[in-house]
Amino acid sequence: MVKIEAIIQPVKLDAVKAALLEAGIEGITILEARGHGRQKGHTEFYRGREYTVDLIPKIKLEIAVADSLEDKVVNAILNAARTGRIGDGKIFISRLEEAIRVRNDERGESAL
Amino acid sequence: MCRQWLRFLFVLALFGMPAWTLAQTAAMAPAANAPASQAQIAALQQAVAQAQMSGDNAWMLVSAALVLLMTAPGLTLFYGGLVRRKNILGTMMQSFAMMALITVLWAVVGYSLAFGHGNGFLGGFEHLFLRGVTLAPNPAYAATIPEQTFMVYQLMFAIITPALITGAFAERVKFSSMAVFLTLWSLVVYCPMAHMVWGVGGLLNFNTPGAHWPVLDFAGGTVVHITSGVSALVCALYLGKRLGYPEENMAPHSLVLSFIGAGLLWFGWFGFNAGSALSAGPLATSAFVNTHFAAAAAAITWTAAEWVLNGKPTALGAISGAVAGLATITQASGFVQPMSALLIGAIAGLVCCLMVLKIKKIFGYDDSLDAFGVHGMGGTIGALLTGLFASGAINAVFGKGTDGLPHPAGAIDGNWRQVWNQAVGVGLGWALAIAGTLVLLFLVDRTMGLRVPATDEVEGLDLSQHGEEGYDLNG
Repeated sequence: MVKIEAIIQPVKLDAVKAALLEAGIEGITILEARGHGRQKGHTEFYRGREYTVDLIPKIKLEIAVADSLEDKVVNAILNAARTGRIGDGKIFISRLEEAIRVRNDERGESAL
Repeated sequence: MCRQWLRFLFVLALFGMPAWTLAQTAAMAPAANAPASQAQIAALQQAVAQAQMSGDNAWMLVSAALVLLMTAPGLTLFYGGLVRRKNILGTMMQSFAMMALITVLWAVVGYSLAFGHGNGFLGGFEHLFLRGVTLAPNPAYAATIPEQTFMVYQLMFAIITPALITGAFAERVKFSSMAVFLTLWSLVVYCPMAHMVWGVGGLLNFNTPGAHWPVLDFAGGTVVHITSGVSALVCALYLGKRLGYPEENMAPHSLVLSFIGAGLLWFGWFGFNAGSALSAGPLATSAFVNTHFAAAAAAITWTAAEWVLNGKPTALGAISGAVAGLATITQASGFVQPMSALLIGAIAGLVCCLMVLKIKKIFGYDDSLDAFGVHGMGGTIGALLTGLFASGAINAVFGKGTDGLPHPAGAIDGNWRQVWNQAVGVGLGWALAIAGTLVLLFLVDRTMGLRVPATDEVEGLDLSQHGEEGYDLNG
């Protein structure tokens, strides 16, 4: 099993969700997040005072999938979330030790 | 065929009717030509006066309501949107408190001190508890509306003036101290200034016979905007900066609220300025047009100046410019030609923008919501520009000569002395505001303390002062 965490532009959420369902995922968790990468935010002016807003609103997706789905899911996110401009986000993949369904203590891939 | 004839006869009859009625009137004419009795003339005069009073009073009551609308929700939203989210209720409450406190104060003593007889500096005590302020007009102020209308209209000005100051000490003042300070301020600064400029026998009132420095202040550029703006500067300097200023991000938390507030201010300002004609006649129209023109011109010049200086035409700049234009035209609104109003507005937008964007930065004081930059500066240049542009043709303030032509009003008419008179008014306004505010701040600070403790300031005024939150996002 792998855990795929993806940080994307908020406007791309619907497109990414649709692509993921198409790719065959069962469940998804999203978080409203703030952060910056190399882009380092933007500048705002209020009555001449300059503020640097370096933490920009983003959406973070967390999906746990079976190893067999990994490439399909990653490609789905890449295709749906990409605009080609700075700030498109990142994908992080990590090995997942265990998954447990709270309702019935089911474990492993069948719990996903 | 027959039917067409009938129709023709019917139309003929219709046209004939008026001729027949006219003939009847003519027959009755000799009776009407008999000289009217004194009683009939008196009844007619009374009917005319009553008709004029209903017209004027209708406009003045609406104007009074419009001026109150400027304080809440106009100013509360404008200021509320400019602070950080943790201070919105505290900020709105400061203005709203004035609506309640100053009203009671005005009924008990304020009106008497501002508009009673007395000396050149302060009204008397004859109207304590509104004694003698009835539904009959007081010709010393407005001959065609009940004095209570005049009283309540002026009350709305007395409310918004201290409310404007709250922009200077936003996000850091104790509610209790603010309430005491501004209530006293109303007595010590506002009432004397209103009396000097507008009160019977006032030192600067152009209606006072033999006044040395007749000041033209149509709707309160000196009385409202200079006093509040300059006092705001003193407050900002005395209280010191907000914690974290200027390093921390103190960006406005909702310019949407400020937008609604600015729109309501612009709308309410028609009552403020056009209402100051104290009647519904042509002078009100003149002030209405000038008010609108100046706001528009100032919105353009502020936005343009900011566009050049910072690269973008900001929304906050546009609404700040409009408010600056409104504050600046206030004093001139009933004295100048519409083209002068455009020019005054354009100057106001530029000067106030430079004040807020550049000069404030040089001095480094924290006039949090720019009460001085907009109102103090706007009021001051508005007062001087009134001396420049006041036109006797619009408002014959200094009477008319034997030839029926109005005496010159401002420099544009050739009366350059009026600029000096206006400057005297500005000087007195500044002096009174600085002295009164300093003394009161000192007294309140020593007895109650002006600033909230640092922990309360970090927590925000909503929670620390009022035990509430403006935005309950878990609700």
